[in-house]
Amino acid sequence: MKTLTKTLFSLVVSGSLLLAGATAHAQITKYGKDLSDAEREQIKLLAPNAPSPKDNEFVHIPPSIDELDATKLHPKMKEAIRRGHDLFVDTQQLYGKNVYNNMNCSSCHMGEGRLPFAGPIWPAAVVLPSFRPKNDHVNSLEERIAGCFTYSMNGMPPAYGSDDMLALSAYIQWLATGVPMYLKDKMYGRGYPRLADAAKKPDANRGEVAYQENCSICHDDNGAGAKEGDHVVFPALWGDDSYNWGAGISRVYTLASFIKYNMPLGKPSSLNDQQAWDIAQYINSQERPQDPRYTGAIKQTLKLYSDTFHKHSMYGQKYKGKVLGDHSNVGHKDFLKPDILRPRDFSGK
Amino acid sequence: MSYRNPLKQFLLAAGALFLTTQLSLADTNSEAIERGKALAAMCNACHQANGGGMNIPGGESWPRLAGLNADYMVEQLKAFKTGTRKNPSMAPFANMLNDTQMQDTSLYFASLPAPATNHQEANKDLLAHGKQLAEQGDWNRYIVSCSSCHGADNLGTGASFPAIAGQQAGYIEQQLKAWQNDTRQNDPQQLMASIAKRLNDNDIKAVSAWLATQAPSRQTQGDKQ
Repeated sequence: MKTLTKTLFSLVVSGSLLLAGATAHAQITKYGKDLSDAEREQIKLLAPNAPSPKDNEFVHIPPSIDELDATKLHPKMKEAIRRGHDLFVDTQQLYGKNVYNNMNCSSCHMGEGRLPFAGPIWPAAVVLPSFRPKNDHVNSLEERIAGCFTYSMNGMPPAYGSDDMLALSAYIQWLATGVPMYLKDKMYGRGYPRLADAAKKPDANRGEVAYQENCSICHDDNGAGAKEGDHVVFPALWGDDSYNWGAGISRVYTLASFIKYNMPLGKPSSLNDQQAWDIAQYINSQERPQDPRYTGAIKQTLKLYSDTFHKHSMYGQKYKGKVLGDHSNVGHKDFLKPDILRPRDFSGK
Repeated sequence: MSYRNPLKQFLLAAGALFLTTQLSLADTNSEAIERGKALAAMCNACHQANGGGMNIPGGESWPRLAGLNADYMVEQLKAFKTGTRKNPSMAPFANMLNDTQMQDTSLYFASLPAPATNHQEANKDLLAHGKQLAEQGDWNRYIVSCSSCHGADNLGTGASFPAIAGQQAGYIEQQLKAWQNDTRQNDPQQLMASIAKRLNDNDIKAVSAWLATQAPSRQTQGDKQ
């Protein structure tokens, strides 16, 4: 009888919580095999239609910014994290200073950088410093952030050690709360997990048809996205307002995965793999600002960066009779490469 | 010296053509609005003479049409006619209108200044929850914020994503429920239905109340704050 009353009571309590709109959300930090049924349900809500965690995968669902107030962190630390979050979801406030296109960090890192299969940002906090093939040296977290500004935002990174850089780092590291440093295990939904090859080779013409059917309502027929006044609503997917030829997402496989797991907005995993590959092939066959690593000659640039990068992009390939990326257009900025990017060498030579 | 620059000639001609097109467009627009105003007489009983609509607690609320995107309203009228948007009150009126009349009526309402609602909401927690859903969403349940499509301050983006700030609360509530139970199916690519189906009753109440208390246009934003 006592148990029955207890059960009834908890039913009433959980029912009223649901009615109040309060979701049972809690940080999850554990291996797939250790997840409870309730935690699996929680993951399904937050990553609808995404693959479920495998037993050997490390699952980390970070705290959300709404939970920051309740933590015991110093108020000044909370301010720094909040500033980082604010910059992350509204990076356009840095337009003309650090950002020279339509993008916010959260344009690609969906769900404020917390979601699996949407480029979650917490892994950066636990795997760096680390060697990065893209620039062939060991990178710090700030350097990794600088990469996003340089390529994806076609911009000028905030200075290393600056308040904005620290705020962004603080937000990223706070999201990684509780994750072991240099974790060796596979992380659930890290980055944009590569899709299996599609049955048919990705095709820009098929992609164009699928784009007009599924993407153009927001991103426009010509990839320009949409603005209301000065405010970007839907980011541009090509042209001067979009990411440049050096952005990670200019690789077809990265964009294909982003599309599959995140687009159309609100309908993740609703397109099939073939559509995702084809649309990515189409979008990434359009012109965009020059790769900041451009040497002045496309053949030379390709020679340097094909193996580690451009063999996955359409840079230097022909589309509709024109060689893609064969130009000196840098978009809305007036420089090619930010000065703060520099190689590092620890060989002692 | 009778040389005439053909490019200059062309540009002059093109310029003149552009000007006359613009003038005649403006002209037809104001004529259309006048025709729309006459047609709108039959809309006023519910949508009100100022196009502000009316919130009717417990009954069918009537949306504000004033200041909404004209193309969006044309699409809705067509949907009432074809039945992808099922509404017994609107269907007979939409059925009376041909395409031009739909266009005229919509242009008329689009031309009206958007009045604010007189919605009062005392429940601060409810408003805070609504504001959060409207501006941030709730990614723990994959609820994308309203503003990520309906634009900054939810004042609308183009013809597909109407202004919802300053809309009647009861109307927003009814539409979200219509998407949940598939009686409204005219959203492009089910973008709205997908989100609506992740909302619970409290979310709907909260987001409707919060949106209703917001300024319906940039002009009125100053007054509301």
